[in-house]
Amino acid sequence: MDIIELSAGGTQHQVEIARLASIAGVELSSCYQCGKCSAGCPEGFAMDESPRRIIRLLQLGLLSEALQARSIWLCAACDTCSTRCPKGVDIAALMETLRQEAKRKALIRDKNIHLFHELFLTNVKWFGRSPEVILSAMYNLMSGNLFQDMDAAAHLFKSGKAHFLPRRIKNTQAIRQIFQRCLEKEEPQ
Amino acid sequence: MKYAYYPGCSLDATGIEYDIANKLVARTLGIELVEIPDWNCCGATSAHTTNHLLALALPARNLAIAEAHGFEQVAVPCAACFARCKKTAAAVQASPDLQVQISEVIGMTYAAKSEILSYLDVIGKKTGLDHIKKHVVQPLTGLKIAAYYGCLLVRPVDITQSDDPENPMVMDRLLQVIGAEPIAWDYKTECCGASQVVPVPQLGKKLIHDILKNAASYGADAIATACPLCMLNLDMRQKQINAMFGTQFHIPVFHFTELMALSFGYSAQDFGLAKHFESAESLLERMIGGKGA
Ligand code: SF4
Ligand code: SF4
Repeated sequence: MDIIELSAGGTQHQVEIARLASIAGVELSSCYQCGKCSAGCPEGFAMDESPRRIIRLLQLGLLSEALQARSIWLCAACDTCSTRCPKGVDIAALMETLRQEAKRKALIRDKNIHLFHELFLTNVKWFGRSPEVILSAMYNLMSGNLFQDMDAAAHLFKSGKAHFLPRRIKNTQAIRQIFQRCLEKEEPQ
Repeated sequence: MKYAYYPGCSLDATGIEYDIANKLVARTLGIELVEIPDWNCCGATSAHTTNHLLALALPARNLAIAEAHGFEQVAVPCAACFARCKKTAAAVQASPDLQVQISEVIGMTYAAKSEILSYLDVIGKKTGLDHIKKHVVQPLTGLKIAAYYGCLLVRPVDITQSDDPENPMVMDRLLQVIGAEPIAWDYKTECCGASQVVPVPQLGKKLIHDILKNAASYGADAIATACPLCMLNLDMRQKQINAMFGTQFHIPVFHFTELMALSFGYSAQDFGLAKHFESAESLLERMIGGKGA
C-alpha cells in the first residue's frame, strides 16, 4: 500500500478537478463510495484504480494520480457504472473526460490503446470510413503484434468481409474539414 | 414505413451478412430502407475518447444529410453507431449553442429533429409483432437462443430508451414470435469489450469467454446479436477463445435478422450464413430439416 500525501493534492488541483467534473456533468460530492460501479465494471479485474477509487482520488484532490491511472484507458465506455450508480454519478463520462485530458497532457498510460484509436481516426480522416481490416493490419504492423487475428484473415477475404482497398466516401473534403475545425477548437485549452 | 438507413462501416465489411438479412426482413415486412447518401464513419469509440466535438460532428453530418432529404426517422443497425447518433441528437437538442456550433463545423444545418432508432427497435417496437407473425412460414421451433444485447443498445437508458437496462426483452419477444425459445441467462447486457480486444487482447478475450460460457451453461443452442461488433467478437473469436482458455465452444451466433429471415422461409444462401466463422449447418439440419442450410 503506497502512502498518499493528502495535503499535496489539496486546493492546487481543486479548480482543475471542478472544471473536469463539470465537463463530464458529474457532481463528485454525490458519490458516497458504495462501490456498486466497480462491482459491475467488466474491466475492473484488470484495472489499477477501480471506478470508485478514481472518484475518491478526485474527491481528495489527487488529480495526477487519477490522470495516470491505466483504468481510464481500459474503460470500455460500457456505461454499466453510470446506469447502476444509486447517486446518478456519470462515471463513464468522467472516465472519458479524464482520458481526453490525459491525452492533452501527453500522459499515455496504455500505448497500444492510444495507437489503436489514433489509427482509427487517421483512417476516418483519410477515407471518411473506417476500413476495419486495413486498420487491423496497420495496428499489427505498428504495435509489433504481427500475427494477431491472422487466423481469421483468409476467411474474411474469401467471404467478402474484408476489402483490399479501403472504401472511401465521395466528399472526403467535408470530413477533413470537420477534423480540422474540431481539433482547432480544442487547441487553446 | 420509410426509414433513412445508416449501415455504418461494419455492415459493408465484417458485418456484411447482417446488412443482407436486414434488407430481406425489411422487404418481407414492407419496410423501406433508403441508405443515407455518401455517409461517413460515426467515429465510434475512437472519436469520443479523443475529442468531444469530433464525436458529435461525425454522426451529425450523416444525420444532417438524412434531414436534408426529408427523413423523419433513421434506422441504425450497429449498436455503436446507434449510440453515437443518439448521443449527438440528444446533445444538440439540449443546447441551441451546440446546435449552431455543430452546424458550423459540418457546414450544414443539423436541427436534430429526426428520430433515431436501432434496427432492433424498428423491427421489435415499431413494426408490430402481429404483422411479423403473419410472415413466419418456418418457425424455429425448439431452438434455444440466448438473446445478447451488450451495452450500447440498452445503456444509458435515457439515450437508448431501452425497455429495461438490466433485462431487456425486445429481442426475446421477437425470437418468440418466430417460434424460437429465448432463454433466461445472466450475460444479456454484459460488455463484449467491442474493439478493446484488438489493443488489449487478454482483457477483451476474457469478456468474450465469460459471455460464451454463460450462454453455454444455460444450454443455448445459439446466440442472437443486434450489433456487428458483438457478432464479430462472439463468432470470429470463438476459436481464439478456445485456444486461450482450453474450452470447446462451438456456439453458432446469428444476427437477429438472419433468424427472422430463416423463419420467413429464406434459405441460408439468400443471406450470408456461409460467411460466419462458427458453422450453423448441423443446427439448422436438426431444426428445420436442413432447409435452411
Ligand atoms: S456507484 Fe455511484 S455512489 Fe457508489 S461508489 Fe460508484 S460513483 Fe460512488
Ligand atoms: S464505463 Fe468504463 S468504468 Fe464504467 S463500468 Fe464500463 S468499463 Fe467500467
